[in-house]
Amino acid sequence: MEIKRKLAVLADAAKYDASCASSGSRRASQEGGIGNTEGMGICHSYTPDGRCVSLLKILFTNYCVYDCQYCVNRISSDVERARFTPEEVVDLTLDFYRRNYIEGLFLSSGVLKSPDYTMEQLTRVAKLLRVDHKFGGYIHLKSAPGVSRELLAEAGLYADRLSVNAELPTEPDLVKLAPEKTTVAINSSMGIIHDAIEEHGKRYAPAGQTTQMIIGATPTTDDAILATSSRLYTSHGLRRVYYSAYSPIPKADGRLPAKSPPLVREHRLYEADWLVRFYGFTADELTTKEAPNLSLDIDPKLAWALRHRELFPTDVNVAPRELLLRVPGLGVRNVDRIVAARRHRVLTMDDLVRLRVTLKRAAPFLVAAGAGGTAAAARLLDALSLEKRVRPPVQLGLFEAQAQAVSGEL
Amino acid sequence: MIRAQIDATFDSFRREARRLVAQNAEPADVVWEVTTGGGGQAVLFGGGDAVADAPHAADARSTFRVPRAFVEAAEIAAYHRDPRRWSLFYRLLVRLARGAHGLMDDAADADVIALRALTLDVKRDEHKMHAFVRFRRVEATNDAGDVVERFVAWHRPDNPILKLAAPFFQRRFPAMCWTILTPDASATWDMHALTFGPGAPRDAAPSEDALEEMFRTYYKATYNPARLNLKTQLREMPRRHWATLPETSAVPEMVAASFERVATMTAPEPTAAASWVPVARDLNVLRDAAQACEACPIHKGATQAVFGEGPRDARLMLVGEQPGDQEDTAGRPFVGPAGEVLMAAMERVGLRRQDVYLTNAVKHFKFEPRGKRRLHSKPTYEEIRACRGWLDAELEVVKPKMILCLGASAAQSFLGKQFRVGRSRGQVFETPWAPWFMATYHPSALLRMPDEAARAEATRYFDEDIAAAARALAALAA
Repeated sequence: MEIKRKLAVLADAAKYDASCASSGSRRASQEGGIGNTEGMGICHSYTPDGRCVSLLKILFTNYCVYDCQYCVNRISSDVERARFTPEEVVDLTLDFYRRNYIEGLFLSSGVLKSPDYTMEQLTRVAKLLRVDHKFGGYIHLKSAPGVSRELLAEAGLYADRLSVNAELPTEPDLVKLAPEKTTVAINSSMGIIHDAIEEHGKRYAPAGQTTQMIIGATPTTDDAILATSSRLYTSHGLRRVYYSAYSPIPKADGRLPAKSPPLVREHRLYEADWLVRFYGFTADELTTKEAPNLSLDIDPKLAWALRHRELFPTDVNVAPRELLLRVPGLGVRNVDRIVAARRHRVLTMDDLVRLRVTLKRAAPFLVAAGAGGTAAAARLLDALSLEKRVRPPVQLGLFEAQAQAVSGEL
Repeated sequence: MIRAQIDATFDSFRREARRLVAQNAEPADVVWEVTTGGGGQAVLFGGGDAVADAPHAADARSTFRVPRAFVEAAEIAAYHRDPRRWSLFYRLLVRLARGAHGLMDDAADADVIALRALTLDVKRDEHKMHAFVRFRRVEATNDAGDVVERFVAWHRPDNPILKLAAPFFQRRFPAMCWTILTPDASATWDMHALTFGPGAPRDAAPSEDALEEMFRTYYKATYNPARLNLKTQLREMPRRHWATLPETSAVPEMVAASFERVATMTAPEPTAAASWVPVARDLNVLRDAAQACEACPIHKGATQAVFGEGPRDARLMLVGEQPGDQEDTAGRPFVGPAGEVLMAAMERVGLRRQDVYLTNAVKHFKFEPRGKRRLHSKPTYEEIRACRGWLDAELEVVKPKMILCLGASAAQSFLGKQFRVGRSRGQVFETPWAPWFMATYHPSALLRMPDEAARAEATRYFDEDIAAAARALAALAA
């Protein structure tokens, strides 16, 4: 098979992995080599789905001995198969990198023979790049669960980032759809990587580890998904959990839903995830017993604020940072600017406009100096039409959701 | 008035500003004049707090401290093309010198906001340069007779930022000989030193690289057609950069594939009209047969079916939404007020009615009676789909090279419910129905828009699109 065909097949097979980040690592270029990373990722291009092209994201092979029902590459699927040689991946990466098309390589793979055998191949690619070619660009390797400690120890010396997919939110989900994968094996691999990062510091996978979960393939609700993410962030020190809405695959098994969940659900999970990591929320605040799923109509921060009307409106000139972060329409950057600016002046609504606060969303929850004041905001807040007023005028288009998930500003 | 002459670098500004602050010159009295071309500064302003060395200081007032935040922001903003930046810098500098401590933290101050906006513009521009430079590999023979490879790129940043942006490439590609050309300046790295030279036009760079086809293959394969989102793509990768991004030539076919996919998922098959459409592919037979069609309820109120008209070998087919009041009576498409708007626009670019095939996505007039008048009523998507059999038959006879859809209903008939004229008008798609496919506003939409500004804008776009169709048609004939 010619290399161009392999690339088409193995890039197509890899595109369902949501992560394309190339950030979080610093590596200077080596004498006589090419490539560096400077902490911030670069999106070199954008495809018409609005997603960024930062890394050469491919599978080493889409042959796989596993039979995960949600996966298009499972052994029982009849897709076209291909397999790169390590040298072919190295050449493609370098050729693309030299022309400034990419930041580096994201290499994943179907499981050939065994997880260990597969990981050896991926590690060999990374080692050829780093050692033989003095490549300083970004390398992200995906490990199957169950790879030996020795192999993971080596992989992290060459890779900037390692990831093991959580695949599905709960153990029963795995039992049902991914018979060869277990929570124990996945957790154990994440644990090994976490230990190595703690032990070796910046010399081992300096951009840390991430994971991905498929949502909507089972009836598991958002509260359980967010609880799993929370556990992964705290127990394994993950940098990022990616959520990928299940998309129906050809000739799917009867255990799977025929339709994909609304993309907006994936978007709401990213928003909730962002609130937990940067806005001081805890996962269990974002859903309730009565409503274990996030609302699809309104974002989780607004939903929370509407459940806690007693805290609003709050005065931007005196409210603590923690509370400002919980005001719908105020992002982290806005809050920091407000906190800095209010040391120098008493902020008015006009000042907030200049700070680019989206008053349409934030006004019912805020008081500033001058016109309006508490009474006006309280009237707004108490108005029966509140939910409608602060909702986006049209329901979030599915196509826009992904981009906002990346920017994460709420 | 004081004329301050500088050479468009921050360093030069700094020297002049220090002198003026020492003289206590009022910002409103100073006019900043740039004496030489831009291109950013060669010497950085030192990183620290002290701007106080003031070698020419006339008195003690020239010694003052400027916060690091100001220097860092202004050094970057100095690369902006905005000619007002120097007076902004000086105004801020004077306010700082006169004791406005903490001014830089006041994120709501108008000058601070203006400076931040300039800085963000330049940073974004720099970041996009790091992202969008595309090197092309060339081989050349050096003095020793060896074949050596070089990498050359042409990029057009919004501002003259090459000196700011080039060191990044030096850090990233130390073991490569490369040159980056921009209209204002060029930078060359020979594995030893970074040198800057004059600007160059785009054709000074190599025109292709064999690897680009490989990158396009990757670009197409990594795209998920189920999640089309052109708005984000355009926001992050503005069209002004596309000419130098080799992958973007694949975008039209990728988008068309998306619409096809969406259309096949949403289309109720077969179309309801199928039972009335005769087998014969003869326009007169089809026109006659359409009179009997009852595939959807619209036929009940209409006088007659209004079938398409025009030469059977027309290269350009114009597809509207449905006949209007006058068309319904006359039995011919585009003879009412919207038709007049269309004909006027066509005439302006040399298109004649008799050269194109005119038809509608829906063949009967749908309306609501208001007194004696019949008001246009939009056909539903189901009705559009039901009528599709007739449009398909017309396409099979005429086999147009180009299709111009007027309005969303026509475009949705082909591309499915997702299609939005506002988002995708003016783009040329390669489609199964014609290699050149475009959608624009419906002329009646121009007549109906209540907002004057919106109407003027839509009219301009409409005229542009008709003109684009005329050009493409002329190119076909040539």
